[in-house]
Amino acid sequence: MSRKSFRQSINEALRQEMRRDPRVILMGEDVAGGRGGTSGVKDAWGGVLGVTKGLLTEFGEDRVLDTPITEASYIGAAAGAAATGLRPVAELMFVDFVGCCLDQIMNQAAKFRYMFGGKARTPLVIRAMYGAGFNAAAQHSQALYPLFTHIPGLKVVVPSSPYEAKGLLIEAIRDDDPVIFLENKVMYDDEEDVPDDPYTIPFGEANLTREGDDVTIVAFGRMVKFANEAADRLAKDGISCTVIDPRTTSPLDTGTILDCVADTGRLVIVDESSPRCNLATDVAALVAEEAFDALKAPIRRVCPPHTPVPFATVLENLYVPNTEKIVAAVRSVASYRMKEEA
Amino acid sequence: MSGTITPVTMPKFGLAMTEGKLASWSVKPGATVKAGQEIADIETSKITNGYESPAEGILRRQVASEGDTLPVGALLGVLAPESVSDEDIDAFVKKFNEEFSSGEESAAGESAPQRKTVAVGDLDLSVLESGADHGGVPVLLIHGFGGDLTNWMLNQPALAETHRVIAFDLPGHGESTKDVGDGTPAGFAATIAKLIAELGTDRVHVVGHSLGGAIALELAGAHGDTVASLTLIDPAGLGTDINMTFINGYIEADRRKTLEPVIQYLVHDKSLVTRAMVENIIRFKRLDGVVKGLRTIADVSFPDGKQGFPLRSVLEAYKGPVQVLWGEDDEILSVSGADGLPASVKVTRYPATGHMPQLEKSSEVNRAVSSFIG
Repeated sequence: MSRKSFRQSINEALRQEMRRDPRVILMGEDVAGGRGGTSGVKDAWGGVLGVTKGLLTEFGEDRVLDTPITEASYIGAAAGAAATGLRPVAELMFVDFVGCCLDQIMNQAAKFRYMFGGKARTPLVIRAMYGAGFNAAAQHSQALYPLFTHIPGLKVVVPSSPYEAKGLLIEAIRDDDPVIFLENKVMYDDEEDVPDDPYTIPFGEANLTREGDDVTIVAFGRMVKFANEAADRLAKDGISCTVIDPRTTSPLDTGTILDCVADTGRLVIVDESSPRCNLATDVAALVAEEAFDALKAPIRRVCPPHTPVPFATVLENLYVPNTEKIVAAVRSVASYRMKEEA
Repeated sequence: MSGTITPVTMPKFGLAMTEGKLASWSVKPGATVKAGQEIADIETSKITNGYESPAEGILRRQVASEGDTLPVGALLGVLAPESVSDEDIDAFVKKFNEEFSSGEESAAGESAPQRKTVAVGDLDLSVLESGADHGGVPVLLIHGFGGDLTNWMLNQPALAETHRVIAFDLPGHGESTKDVGDGTPAGFAATIAKLIAELGTDRVHVVGHSLGGAIALELAGAHGDTVASLTLIDPAGLGTDINMTFINGYIEADRRKTLEPVIQYLVHDKSLVTRAMVENIIRFKRLDGVVKGLRTIADVSFPDGKQGFPLRSVLEAYKGPVQVLWGEDDEILSVSGADGLPASVKVTRYPATGHMPQLEKSSEVNRAVSSFIG
């Protein structure tokens, strides 16, 4: 056990799985050198934010492949390699680039098992950075996990901490289906105690990071941290919250969400993705349909506005959900009184 | 007069504790307390534990309020006889807090013992040693099935005041290599004999809990000269029954909801089982190889739902001093295992105590071990 950053935890997960299983390979833009050409510099970057640094040195160019800037070709190649016996981890860099290779993901990798009568396996992991707050502007800041969650045949992971990231990435690499693994780029320097040994966290099992009686907060990825802060602050004022980190948006642990709402009767959902057809709407629909009788207040969603992510720092800060907004939403549902009671 | 003022400070329960919450005071200001009397409940991320008064006196001041979270060493209250004036106590509190806040960082961390990794054959064992400066025969602490060296967090610091104390994670447990070998108590005992030699000693007082008790007996059987004395806490090997609901549940349950009732079998006071305790066990069980190792141990140790290693004859043959400590309400291994032992064995039964007296009755167990090993 030692303190590790989100970045180190992901690097360690990749390294340990590559040591364990020779079929695991990495591919993507700049995952190795980043200089390319004939500069002679190898392993200079390890990805634009240094997550895969050192892996080229240990595993060599046959297993850590820098690709051209052609998402359609290398994501397609990774899907094909997965279907024919390797276990590739392809890095899309910024998830915003998925537009260039959506067919390979949505219509190919996600459909192989189904189209080939259950006989094809596609043990592919696609890693990508997501999220606002890095001042990376509208084309490098989106939180597109709802897009992937919408597609049957994909598993979608949104880790909320270094411990979670390592265990969920190892699980993703060992999974026989295509997994989209999304890393919030603002979290790479977050640190906590992470075991040195390999471990796995199963998909579809939500984690309760706080347990309380009054309000259930469902939060995804980086928002879990804010939800925990909000819960701790509210606890001092006598409002106790359960915080649910679903860990994976597909599969989604609907049972835990419904159980917790049955206990608290109030629900706030915190989702960093654009507010229309996002995970917050999905969870709200689930609870409205399956737990209507348990509700003591309207469901509240804490989401950004329906706009591109602004570049200007003040606007970007305004855009991203934060602890204050969560606290306000929780207070509003905690103090809500049904009309009959009023 | 300030010499007779005794500070009551946030204790350090175990390696990882840096701060604790004063859950509640058990005595009111102005009450006269005895040394060793429980005066407060302290809650850490791992456990809630009674805090015993360090001295006799009147609790003149509760400096910390219930619900306060404070660093280890912070002032909770002040004990003093009636003769000390309120002004002197005010001055003491002021001075203590000034000195404490200036030296806070060094007080909390640096001197604490650190885990180290000791290679024993192909295995890396995680070892925590404390009290290394003490001469004499060291104390070796062997935890039980599914446990780890932090099971001794309320005992190791107390014993280390007078002895070198070695706690470690058994193979397949904690931070040690997850290869359990054949999984038998005798197999673990053989590994421990090598560990003892590796640590540069040839004789230890052995304290074994639960399955660690059976391992301690096997060690005494095979390496009698190495074992200076045996303290067996709720040990396996003396009876035949074993709570297989616990064993199987511990191996199979992978969510807090299903694991928590299993962990509650371990203690009489079920409120001791905290979220963090259960979460730590879930995290341990997620590590590669852990569940397989635990299954191997369970299969060889408890075939057909009974204990597979009768060790009473080993205990009877062992020449050194033996004591057995047992919680009367043990729901894992029945206290009846302490019946009918040779007269030379000192048996202590703790009322209203479950399978882990070293946690639930830590002070009593610490005193029992200290006075037994001298």
